[in-house]
Amino acid sequence: MQFLTSSSPFIAPTNSVQRLMLWVLIALVPGCITMIWQFGYGVLFNIIICVSTAICAEALMLKLRKRAIQPAIADLSAIVTALLLALALPTLAPWWIPFVGTLIAIIIAKHLYGGLGYNPFNPAMVAFAILMVSFPKSMTVWMLPSSLLANDVSLSDMATLVFQQQTDLPYIDSITAATPLDDMKTRLGLSQTTDEIRSASIFSSFAGQGWQWVSVAYLLGGCLLIAKKIISWHIPVGLLSGLFFASLIAYLFEPSISPSPIFHLFSGGAMLGAFFIATDPVTAATTLKGRILYGVLIGLLTYVIRTWGGYPEGIAFAVLLVNMTVPMIDQYTQPRVYGHK
Amino acid sequence: MSFFALILLFIILGLLLGYAAIRFKVEGDPIVDKIDSVLPQTQCGQCNFPGCRPYAQAIADGEAEINQCPPGGEAGIAALADLLGVDVIPLNAENGEEKAKLVAFIDEETCIGCKLCIQACPVDAILGSPKHMHTVITAECTGCELCLPPCPVECITMEPVETTLATWQWDKPTPSQEKAKS
Amino acid sequence: MKLWHFNGGLPALAEHKNESVHLAIEKAPVPEQLIYPLQQHIGAPASVLVNVGDKVLRGQKIADAQGLVSAPIHAGSSGTISHIGEQLIPHPSGLSAPCITITTDGLDEQLKPTPCADYKQLSAVELVQMIRNAGIVGLGGAAFPTAIKLDQQGKTKPIQTLILNGAECEPYISCDDRLLKERADKVILGIEILLHLLACEQAILAVEDNSPDTFRAIQTAIKANANPVISVVKVPTIYPTGGEKQLIKTLTGKEVTSGKIPADIGIVSLNVGTVYAIQQAVIEGKPLTSRIVTVTGEGVKKPHNLEVRVGTPIHALIDVCHGYTKHAKRLIMGGPMMGYAVSSDEIPLVKASNCILVASKDEVVTEKQAMPCIRCGECASVCPVSLLPQQLYWNSRSDQIEKAAKLNLMDCIECGCCDVVCPSHIPLVQHFRHAKSALKADQHQKQLSDIARERFEAREQRIAREKAERAEKSRKKKAALKERAAKKEKEAAEKLFKEEQATTNDES
Repeated sequence: MQFLTSSSPFIAPTNSVQRLMLWVLIALVPGCITMIWQFGYGVLFNIIICVSTAICAEALMLKLRKRAIQPAIADLSAIVTALLLALALPTLAPWWIPFVGTLIAIIIAKHLYGGLGYNPFNPAMVAFAILMVSFPKSMTVWMLPSSLLANDVSLSDMATLVFQQQTDLPYIDSITAATPLDDMKTRLGLSQTTDEIRSASIFSSFAGQGWQWVSVAYLLGGCLLIAKKIISWHIPVGLLSGLFFASLIAYLFEPSISPSPIFHLFSGGAMLGAFFIATDPVTAATTLKGRILYGVLIGLLTYVIRTWGGYPEGIAFAVLLVNMTVPMIDQYTQPRVYGHK
Repeated sequence: MSFFALILLFIILGLLLGYAAIRFKVEGDPIVDKIDSVLPQTQCGQCNFPGCRPYAQAIADGEAEINQCPPGGEAGIAALADLLGVDVIPLNAENGEEKAKLVAFIDEETCIGCKLCIQACPVDAILGSPKHMHTVITAECTGCELCLPPCPVECITMEPVETTLATWQWDKPTPSQEKAKS
Repeated sequence: MKLWHFNGGLPALAEHKNESVHLAIEKAPVPEQLIYPLQQHIGAPASVLVNVGDKVLRGQKIADAQGLVSAPIHAGSSGTISHIGEQLIPHPSGLSAPCITITTDGLDEQLKPTPCADYKQLSAVELVQMIRNAGIVGLGGAAFPTAIKLDQQGKTKPIQTLILNGAECEPYISCDDRLLKERADKVILGIEILLHLLACEQAILAVEDNSPDTFRAIQTAIKANANPVISVVKVPTIYPTGGEKQLIKTLTGKEVTSGKIPADIGIVSLNVGTVYAIQQAVIEGKPLTSRIVTVTGEGVKKPHNLEVRVGTPIHALIDVCHGYTKHAKRLIMGGPMMGYAVSSDEIPLVKASNCILVASKDEVVTEKQAMPCIRCGECASVCPVSLLPQQLYWNSRSDQIEKAAKLNLMDCIECGCCDVVCPSHIPLVQHFRHAKSALKADQHQKQLSDIARERFEAREQRIAREKAERAEKSRKKKAALKERAAKKEKEAAEKLFKEEQATTNDES
């Protein structure tokens, strides 16, 4: 009897890119729900615009590059990028911010570098950084957490705000505010002490109002990913340790002008960055020792940008800067091979 | 004032560089040896030079491009580009195309023993003497095809090298979107 | 006993041992034909000793070892040599190679065995010679001539530990497991022979911890034998613990230096099947003519563990297993991780064949759609050699074989761990196999180029020398001609002068 041949190993693989991406999306669900609950429908609009633009842009680019649409679309990587960008963007941003951002992320940062697996820079962070630098005013329209709002903003009002950019609406001032990180930085610059700043209403028990619960939700999602072995613990632990110890040293020296390490960890994009953004496998270091170093560098750089840089949140720029050093990190953290010194 | 200081600095640095260029000059041209060791030694002349060493010399002198050698193929061009720190350029199609290794084979029925092919072979891979049978030593043949034109009875053909167990190689999987046979 | 860990490995690999691990060894009937490829071991192929038409008995040497790294081949049953020539061999290339074919006569007569009364009287050299003459090679799959592994002449480092590899880590295979369950006493005797031969301090038999019955069977045999230096150890069931280098690290914590052999660190490791063959050869005087094979998979009606004669065509074994089911999709020699698929069941079993897996499409993956590498690093975390498969992949794929070689491509044991965990379904092991053979081919090509350059330069020198000789000759000739011409002129002038003188004298 004759048989066809193929190459070993013959065992069916249990893992797939789609499975990895699906679990990332599942782990982001607690964070999404908390964001929408705390900051209203603006987040929902961001997510819808980003995800739909991402799918269309991905299909368009695959067609232009003459690649098969399936299974590339089904691997969900574009959707993950879009969702991360949507969660990082300001909650009251006009509709064209997520739209343009997603186009930048998918077309420029991902496909123009060669598509999945070939981009050196994290696509969501590239988009965020470009938007931040190009449209600083639109990128700082943040909503107050729901606990501090006098009245809820209805869906139709939110739609008007987002799609018609009517920033002259009468109640606009009553629903927007700077983020806790931004506020802390501005007031520290005005020589107020941390105790004075922390008494303001947007701050809460250990971080910002509303923001702290969003960070906790991301933390839980991240622990789920580590438990399911979708990501390894090296990058999140590295990033959070880097950020924690840098801020701890400053806090121990001069607590009056340095926010506490817990504040740093639970504000801004630290948790989202540690578990979801920096762990993007394509742009992170690949060796295990390298990953710890990669995480620590991002954490340190985030602290530096937050304290002395021009922007209140440093995760995006820190990730992009350390992405540049990844080939060198990989080169110098190669493990010792069996049988070699 | 700073202008003069800069000028003085440039003069001093220039003198230092000139001194180093003379004092530490490397004699001879070892780069030719390195280039020659990359070339496949087919000695076929398809590069328009009379052998691999003259071609290596020409590359070192900057008189020839690195893409003239068909037997070396794309891999050879890549190795030369790596060695010399230049860009990879596609093989010059005028000189010939990259083929799988072929070896010469003399049809003994037709051979007249004229010795012309023996004189043409650059690596002395043909055995024979006047009016006696000629034969190609397959192990030494580089596939340069220089023996084909001189043969008056056209008894030499180029045959592919047979794959034996010792020379068999695993196939390279085809790029992304590859499927196994099922 | 203290155990160490090697990096990576797959602890959760589905074992599929239940299909065959409960099946006792049955003797397979002698088939109509036995086919022996001359190269069924590492080293030089054996040289034929017989002619077509010769009658042979079981155990008779039909091909002799050629050179040091080689092994002889013995007939598996009595019959007539019917063919010596190219036949399909079990090899992933699907090529043919020289084979000896025996048509059996059904009588199964054997050459009189030459048992050894007391092997302890023999020296190490004599024992090694016996093992060599019995045609014993590594039966775990590598088929390295065992006599060379055991030959300690001229070696500076003495052997301290003998490791017996019973850790059958590949899924589906259970032949070593059954051997240990049923014939542990003979395996222990084989270990004693080796202890005497190598003069080493201890012997450790390793089995995986997923088979407590086997462990108990061995313990019973060891207790009965009462040799204190032989011990049995359970190792964790992680693929590929049965790999020689990984097992050595697990049991002793030492690593075999890259490019060297375990003997360099004082260790010799043998498969338990090989040890059984040694016992048969030395104590019972029978050369290697049969081995135990697992025939399993959803493609055969009834899986079996069979004791078969080496040289049996696969279809004969399938017949013992009641034939194929309609699901049979792939015929794999070896296990699903490191075995290779063959196209025909006419191919014979060789000494190193330990399993025939007839797989259905549910048991194996026949089609994999590869996506781009997403640099997740899973492959590096499971590699038992701590290599970086993703880097090796990028370099192999872009034909930068030299860079891959620098990243220790040649240390890859092709276990398949990285391939199985890759989420992008990239056929990593195929890439590495291709890169390794391309590297060997490149090195071979470089050698040929160097020789061609030498021949070319020698030819140039010869032509230049001939030219110089010719020029020298022609110069000499010209000079001689000139001399002669000058001489002639001088003689002519003298003659003329003399004649003139004579005329003047006459006149005066």
